[in-house]
Amino acid sequence: MTGFSSPEALAEALLGVGYLPDDHIARVSYLAMRLDKPILAEGPAGVGKTELAKALASITDRRLIRLQCYEGLDESKALYEWDYRKQLLRIQAEDEGGWNAIADDIFSEDFLLERPLLSAIRAQDAVVLLIDEVDRVEIETEALLLEILSEFQVTIPELGTIGAASQPLVVLTSNNTRELSDALKRRCLFLHIDYPTPERERDILLSQIPELPESLAVGITSAVATIRESALRKPPSVAESIDWARTLLVLGVDHVDERITAETLSVLLKYQTDIDKVAASLAT
Amino acid sequence: MIDVMTRFTGELRSAGVPVSTVETLDAARALEYVDLTERESLRSALQATMVKHVEHVEPFNRAYDVFFSLQPVLDALESDREEDTEFPVSEMAAEEISELLREAIMGGDSDRIRSLSRAAVVAFGGVEAGRPVGGVYYLYRVMRGLGVDSMFDDVDEESSPLEQADQSRVRRRRIELLRRYIEEEIRRILVADRGAEAVAATIRKQAIEDVDLGHATRSDLIRLQDTIRPLTRRLAARLAQRKRALEPGRLDVRRTVRKSMSAGGIPIDPSFKKRRVSKPDVVMLCDVSGSVSTFAFFTMQLMYAMRSQFARVRVFAFVDGVDEISDYFTPGVDFTEAAGRVMREADVVAVDGHSDYGRVFSTFEERYGDAVTPRTTLIITGDGRSNYRPAQEVKLAEIAERARTTWWLNPEMSRFWDTGDSVMSRYRELCDGVFEVRTLRQLESFVEKVSLG
Repeated sequence: MTGFSSPEALAEALLGVGYLPDDHIARVSYLAMRLDKPILAEGPAGVGKTELAKALASITDRRLIRLQCYEGLDESKALYEWDYRKQLLRIQAEDEGGWNAIADDIFSEDFLLERPLLSAIRAQDAVVLLIDEVDRVEIETEALLLEILSEFQVTIPELGTIGAASQPLVVLTSNNTRELSDALKRRCLFLHIDYPTPERERDILLSQIPELPESLAVGITSAVATIRESALRKPPSVAESIDWARTLLVLGVDHVDERITAETLSVLLKYQTDIDKVAASLAT
Repeated sequence: MIDVMTRFTGELRSAGVPVSTVETLDAARALEYVDLTERESLRSALQATMVKHVEHVEPFNRAYDVFFSLQPVLDALESDREEDTEFPVSEMAAEEISELLREAIMGGDSDRIRSLSRAAVVAFGGVEAGRPVGGVYYLYRVMRGLGVDSMFDDVDEESSPLEQADQSRVRRRRIELLRRYIEEEIRRILVADRGAEAVAATIRKQAIEDVDLGHATRSDLIRLQDTIRPLTRRLAARLAQRKRALEPGRLDVRRTVRKSMSAGGIPIDPSFKKRRVSKPDVVMLCDVSGSVSTFAFFTMQLMYAMRSQFARVRVFAFVDGVDEISDYFTPGVDFTEAAGRVMREADVVAVDGHSDYGRVFSTFEERYGDAVTPRTTLIITGDGRSNYRPAQEVKLAEIAERARTTWWLNPEMSRFWDTGDSVMSRYRELCDGVFEVRTLRQLESFVEKVSLG
């Protein structure tokens, strides 16, 4: 299912679409493709878990189907639902053939509303299925995913079991706000993505903002790495350092120092207590 | 190969990393696609298939280093040992090794760092075969021999705060890196000397979940901090969920009728009023006396984590007096600082600084009684040892009667309850549940049980 001969080749391709993987990420992604196993990407918010799925879709030329999870997500939103309005119309429209014919008819595919999981399974073309923030759903809903992740099939009582037309590549992301069930974890390859090293983050900045001077990028990433080390409620993510780099660029700054950092902290940090704390450490 | 995998699985399990059979098979399957001559590829593959929790990554790495350091089965891995002659140790001066190693670390070439580390261990470690000392001793000797403190540039006092912070971060990171390589080398040599089993046994560090909180070291407690956070979130989610599960929403007549219009007046899809998701209303009452001081440090972390996520959590500390400490733990304050302030400033000692549960309950009822309402979940932590003073369970009964639920977490092994001055059984019947919580794992199972209750 993959055209990549080695993790290095995969890393190369990811680089081509603007995603900079470290060695471990490339190796695990490669393995996932080879073993046809879902990837469970876990780590702090804003380190590029969702981006990884998008990048994998784009290098394999697959369509991305995304299921955004939230508390209260249920079968009818994630998997499928019968279109009862249409079914009612069908019942009222004509009565030839009697009830049996209708009953067979209204539980056919014409009356099925596909939700992301089912459409990923039924897709004729190869797809990447992204199940985003899976830690937000309740444990009961998680069980729903098990059949799909291990067998790549869905059972609909009225229609029978629907198998995948082509094996989707599945990426699940989690911010680790709650422990996922062992059953789910067992079916996945586990990939912990942490904040990048300053060197890798510098490369990410440079690839995202080509006009950024390298010296500034170095200054930004080392400042961000230092800020991340203080105990904060919400340490700055990669997305925020990119925002910060853009801000500094717009302000025409060519060198990161205490003054400019203190003035623009609100771009990096989202809590007032965090801002105060870092500002205090900059002032001394 | 399967045999190696099974043994490695066993090693991981004894290091506290739970690995299922399915995962072992996955790992074996993954090996087909891995270049076995590359240490790091193998590590990635095994880690992705066998480790499913961040907390277990570090124990996994340690076990991996020891296990695969001298496995003759993976001959491929062994071949890199041949190049040992690259650095003829005897001809090199100490400064020279130190300098070369410094350059290698700045350059980040891992193969070079590895062989130089090997040279450093040979030169400075003075490792003697069969000598029963731990790896830490050798590590200390090597690091001292290298002159680690002067190896990397010190922080420049002249530069600005931002630069200084950055310099010290880089310095720390380099030393840490060096230490990791040296440690790995020492382990390799020890494994060669004593066999993998023996070394594995000595380096097996307890998984953080199993550390006895009553005897935890300071660094263990700091490590706990990251683990507690998701746990408290879960606890609170459970407390909220319980309420929702108990009371299903009522039929919303207006919306049901409105919706039935599209189905010709048949209420085909009834609507229900959504239950308001209740915020957890939690009161914690925690013993911070000397007899449970280590545990108190842990409970304070728990309180801190609870406070930082939920507005409606009130926390109280007691010894023989009781004081509200919610304000010490306002979200965002530094934990260590806050804990220190509680110990210094909070008014928890009323008479002589020996726990007096009876007195505490009556004072609490008198002063803060209104904190506990029928919506409150009350969590009490303490060993229930009241120094032979009156237990006054009537007071606790009054409080517990009013609260929605009352849980008691006891850091003492349950078989010691009711021995000596412990009056646990008297309090026990007044609570909805009493739990022995000596480890994080037990705290976790408490959280599980709360959801069922």
